[in-house]
Amino acid sequence: MFEIQRTIKYEADRVPGFGREVMGVPGCEKLKDCIQCGTCSGVCPLSIYMDYTPRQVMALTREDFKREVLGSHTIWLCASCYACAVECPREIRITDIMYELKQRAIHEGVYPRRFPIPVLAQEFTKMVHDHGRVSEGLLVTKLFLKTNPLAALGMAKLGMGLMKTGRFSVKQENIKRRAELAKIVETVDQENLKGKA
Amino acid sequence: MKYGYFPGCSLKGTGRAYEESLLPVMQHLGIEMRELDDWSCCGATAYMAVDEGKACALAARNLAIAEQEGHAQLMAPCSACYLVLNKTQHYMAEYGAMKRLVDKALGSVNLRVTRPTPVRHPLDVLLNDVGLEAVKQKVTHPLKGLKVAPYYGCQIVRPYSTFDDQADPQTMDRLLESLGATVVDWPLKTKCCGGSLTGTLPKAGLRLAYILLKEARKRGADVIATVCPLCQFNLDGYHDKIAARWEPVRIPTVYFSQLMGLAFGLPAGRLGLQRGFVPMKPLAAVTAA
Amino acid sequence: MAKQEQEVRIGFYVCHCGTNIAAMVDCPEVAQFVGTLPGVVLSKDYKYMCSDPGQELIQQDIREHRLNRVVVASCSPLLHEPTFRSATEKGGLNQFYFHMVNIREHDSWVHTDRAEATSKAKALAQAAVHRVAHHKPLETKRVSINPTTLVVGAGIAGIHAAMTIANSGKKVILVEREPTIGGHMAKFDKTFPTLDCAACILTPKMSDVGSHENIQVLSYSEVTKVDGFVGNYTVTVKRKPRYIDEEACIGCQDCIPACVFKQPKFADEFNEGLGKRRPVYIPFPQATPQIVAIDPNTCLNFKKGEDGGRVVSDKCKKTCVEACGDKNAIDFTQVERIEEYEVGSVIVATGFQTFDARRAPAYGYGRFPNVYTSLEIERLVNASGPTGGHVVMRDGKSEPRSVGIIHCVGSRDKKTNVWCSRVCCMYSMKLAHLLKEHTGAEIYNFYIDVRTPGKGYEEFYNKLLDEGVHFIRGRVGEVTDWAMTPDEEGKLVIRVEDTLAGYVRRIPVDMVVLATGLEPQQDAQDVRRMFNMSCGSEGFFLERHPKLAPVNTFNDGIYIAGACQGPKDIPDTVAQAGAAAAEVLALIDKGFVEQEPNTAFILEDECSGCKSCIPLCPYTAILFDEGKGRAYINEALCKGCGTCVGSCPSGSIVQNLFDDEEIFSEIEGVLAYE
Ligand SMILES: Cc1cc2nc3c(=O)[nH]c(=O)nc-3n(C[C@H](O)[C@H](O)[C@H](O)COP(=O)(O)OP(=O)(O)OC[C@H]3O[C@@H](n4cnc5c(N)ncnc54)[C@H](O)[C@@H]3O)c2cc1C
Ligand code: SF4
Ligand code: SF4
Repeated sequence: MFEIQRTIKYEADRVPGFGREVMGVPGCEKLKDCIQCGTCSGVCPLSIYMDYTPRQVMALTREDFKREVLGSHTIWLCASCYACAVECPREIRITDIMYELKQRAIHEGVYPRRFPIPVLAQEFTKMVHDHGRVSEGLLVTKLFLKTNPLAALGMAKLGMGLMKTGRFSVKQENIKRRAELAKIVETVDQENLKGKA
Repeated sequence: MKYGYFPGCSLKGTGRAYEESLLPVMQHLGIEMRELDDWSCCGATAYMAVDEGKACALAARNLAIAEQEGHAQLMAPCSACYLVLNKTQHYMAEYGAMKRLVDKALGSVNLRVTRPTPVRHPLDVLLNDVGLEAVKQKVTHPLKGLKVAPYYGCQIVRPYSTFDDQADPQTMDRLLESLGATVVDWPLKTKCCGGSLTGTLPKAGLRLAYILLKEARKRGADVIATVCPLCQFNLDGYHDKIAARWEPVRIPTVYFSQLMGLAFGLPAGRLGLQRGFVPMKPLAAVTAA
Repeated sequence: MAKQEQEVRIGFYVCHCGTNIAAMVDCPEVAQFVGTLPGVVLSKDYKYMCSDPGQELIQQDIREHRLNRVVVASCSPLLHEPTFRSATEKGGLNQFYFHMVNIREHDSWVHTDRAEATSKAKALAQAAVHRVAHHKPLETKRVSINPTTLVVGAGIAGIHAAMTIANSGKKVILVEREPTIGGHMAKFDKTFPTLDCAACILTPKMSDVGSHENIQVLSYSEVTKVDGFVGNYTVTVKRKPRYIDEEACIGCQDCIPACVFKQPKFADEFNEGLGKRRPVYIPFPQATPQIVAIDPNTCLNFKKGEDGGRVVSDKCKKTCVEACGDKNAIDFTQVERIEEYEVGSVIVATGFQTFDARRAPAYGYGRFPNVYTSLEIERLVNASGPTGGHVVMRDGKSEPRSVGIIHCVGSRDKKTNVWCSRVCCMYSMKLAHLLKEHTGAEIYNFYIDVRTPGKGYEEFYNKLLDEGVHFIRGRVGEVTDWAMTPDEEGKLVIRVEDTLAGYVRRIPVDMVVLATGLEPQQDAQDVRRMFNMSCGSEGFFLERHPKLAPVNTFNDGIYIAGACQGPKDIPDTVAQAGAAAAEVLALIDKGFVEQEPNTAFILEDECSGCKSCIPLCPYTAILFDEGKGRAYINEALCKGCGTCVGSCPSGSIVQNLFDDEEIFSEIEGVLAYE
């Protein structure tokens, strides 16, 4: 059966100001200069799996297609390898723009459900908040339980291997001055709120 | 030579072989490394994806501790830590607003960053502070005949590194040669290993690891040398899955520091070599052949 | 200094320059303000002061209102000072009773706050009004023009300019640093868009130059020093030793096969290193002049000297000398010669160099043998190239069955050269056509934008599309040699986003061609300094005005033509060379130039004879009268730089147009505002 979908974009599909907002963030300014050459996609090792190539994400962002960008797989596939940023002829920090878009997607809760990458990012962050350090074994265990409990079984062998070689531990590492960390985070939150007001 | 030492979470976990080999090797070269007291996670790539301000503030806490403890320089062996700490410094220098935010956050717990503390990678220190001559002098068991594919990965050369070429880095090549090893020509030295994607989206991540491994074998390498715990894990940990999906491409992946340890004649058992999934052949077997 | 006897009557005009000035400066307000200043008789704003009615207005006002000073606040004096000076003169005043204020480049174009910009305009205008009151009538002086012209660089630009001037009966000295003239064009097989054979159109021109009675070709030579001023330059030329007596050599080339090297052995520069030559060689069969050269770095008759240079060793059998016989043209004792020439004008036509492909490591030039630069391919497809036009790869036998041409290498990139090199799209298509014609290979062009803005150029693009050449819009990420699929084994793999199809693609090819961009010559900065020219931020020589004076420089009598001014193709180069020749001929025909009377003079009574000014003058214009014990300035040599004026301890040097009264009143004027 063939189903058709409209692909035309109306002005109402845009969120005017989105692009300008992103370009106002430190590290993202140069997006303005993009000439759509595609070098970023050409070097990106993950572009082959992306729904929009990095170049398209640049164009969509600049043209205010917020929903398309924040809902894309691309931003989560980006491995932060900086290959694109180094080769871009306009010196656009594509990787940093990807970070910014990820932040916005998390903030707005629009990332794909049960998609392990944003979940990992959040679990990771939470663990750092609470303990100051990341215990990889615990983190991975939590991740699989939240996203795909079945896949956890597939990983069991790896876990065993790690255990055998003394590299897997579910013991939570902690720093001593955890209160200090909490305070730092709280201050940033307060400042961010002030900035928004 | 003295450095503050920021191990990062991985060197205490899955990447502990890196620390286990790096510390004795550095000590053997007369370098003092003092671990920062009560350091916290650098934030890695995941944190930047959630909140840039917090990521920088948390990373800067470590810089403040380094400064408080009077370290002139900080050594960060993990690529992610190296990048994040450098990036934080760059952001603070480039963007006034970020600096004010970080200062405020640190100020709330009486910490301060008043000067940039250079964050150095061990390769940088070995090449530029210690010098290859000094390294060579310590070599008692040259790695003759061992063909090594040097793998730099992404984050130590991009985008902030100043100590090596971004497209065709050479520092590890030179280091390995000074240990007596043969460096194979392998055009993938700075390609991405899949990063955290190998765990989260194996289909995408594993393919990158597969390509690296396949090509290293094709070009005749006996072993891949890496500088980053995540890379080591990705290249070493998933051989079963890779074999199931594509073809078997078994080849050991070790830390450059482990190879240094072997060349210096440090006891193999104390370099964490037993922790790899794909074991490296005993050196004698290679050098004899 | 004579007291101003006459009452000062100033007319002030502020120009809107359309909206160029008026959009940022409130012109009526400026006029109104200046009208209130002492000495100002009338003050007006006007839309275009440089127009005929604008100039007429000045003349009329001078007559009707008995004005004796004129100030115009408008654009740069570089553009219109002559215009308004002449209007002043036509109105019946000495032209130096005029003064100009730049409120466009110095004000409206560089500010964003209208109120502030208006204040600045007022302050500048007030300074001019104060100053002009002290202006004195001066006379310009005429200097005659030496009718000989120096042309530097003998690419197609230099050749065409030299021919045009020589054909009108004037003498030309053509200096070229390579052993042959011809420049880049001599290396091409065909030229876009017409695909006419470069040799057929260039080499006849080259030999015409070589035999022209009015052209003296100084090949293998470089200009090292330039003295003087418009109409009267003295240039020093270094003649590099080619170890051949140019008068004696008849171009028979008997010496070349006679060389002790039975086979050509050394990388041949003219063939981009793809061919080999002997130590004694001629760059290519139609080289002009038809004189061989000996390369001391490879010739066995030379060895390393104490200072690292090459000296004669006399170790070789010198079979070449034998072959030359009683023509006796080979002279191993030749040394560098320094010669001086007197010329009136100069055309600089030093061309470009191509971007070093090694600076784009992702494309693997120097790492993968079958990655080529465009110039290498020009030689490879050339019927008189190293392979006789047979396109084979570096192994010397296999023909490519697929070729990827990567556009914009080094160009449009902030990390290397930001500019578009203008000719690469077109020459890439030319090479695509030629490679297809020679080999039948599948050809892929990888481009960011196809730029074909020339006559017949879009049609050429269309021709290529018809020929079935692939055009893939995407800047290539990288060229690698590792395979993902069986058909990639042993090939170079191009990874690129096909931005129009919307896919990332891997395309295996046998050969990769890098369309390296055009950039300033390595020594462009030295040449610029020598001829006292300016450069843009990219390093190409700067024209005096991009539209109205495209071949003039800021130094009178020095003109530029061709790719040294910026990347351009042959049609544009030749047009520019013709324009530069016309400028030179106009100057020669006029016979003289009027010189700005801004020379300095010494007040004899006040000079203490300390001589401190004499060594400071860059033009050695200051002499000492032993009899009087006073210094004096040779007006003909003085360039008005003002160095001596500032240095005189007794303040006894005065410069016309810049005397103390004028300068101080100008400063007071600007400071008095607000
Ligand atoms: C690969 C390639 C293919 C091209 N194909 C075409 C084409 O098909 N059609 C087309 O219209 N255009 C083409 N072009 C552009 C063309 O090459 C230029 O338009 C043209 O060569 C410019 O001529 P020029 O005389 O200004 O410079 P050049 O050709 O560079 O000549 C400059 C001359 O000055 C000499 N020189 C430099 N410095 C000094 C010095 N200090 N003292 C003395 N002499 C000096 C040099 O040795 C040289 O002989 C192509 C360019 C490239 C790179
Ligand atoms: S490489 Fe840079 S300029 Fe080119 S499309 Fe990507 S972001 Fe834009
Ligand atoms: S940083 Fe992200 S977008 Fe850029 S090349 Fe790497 S994975 Fe692709």
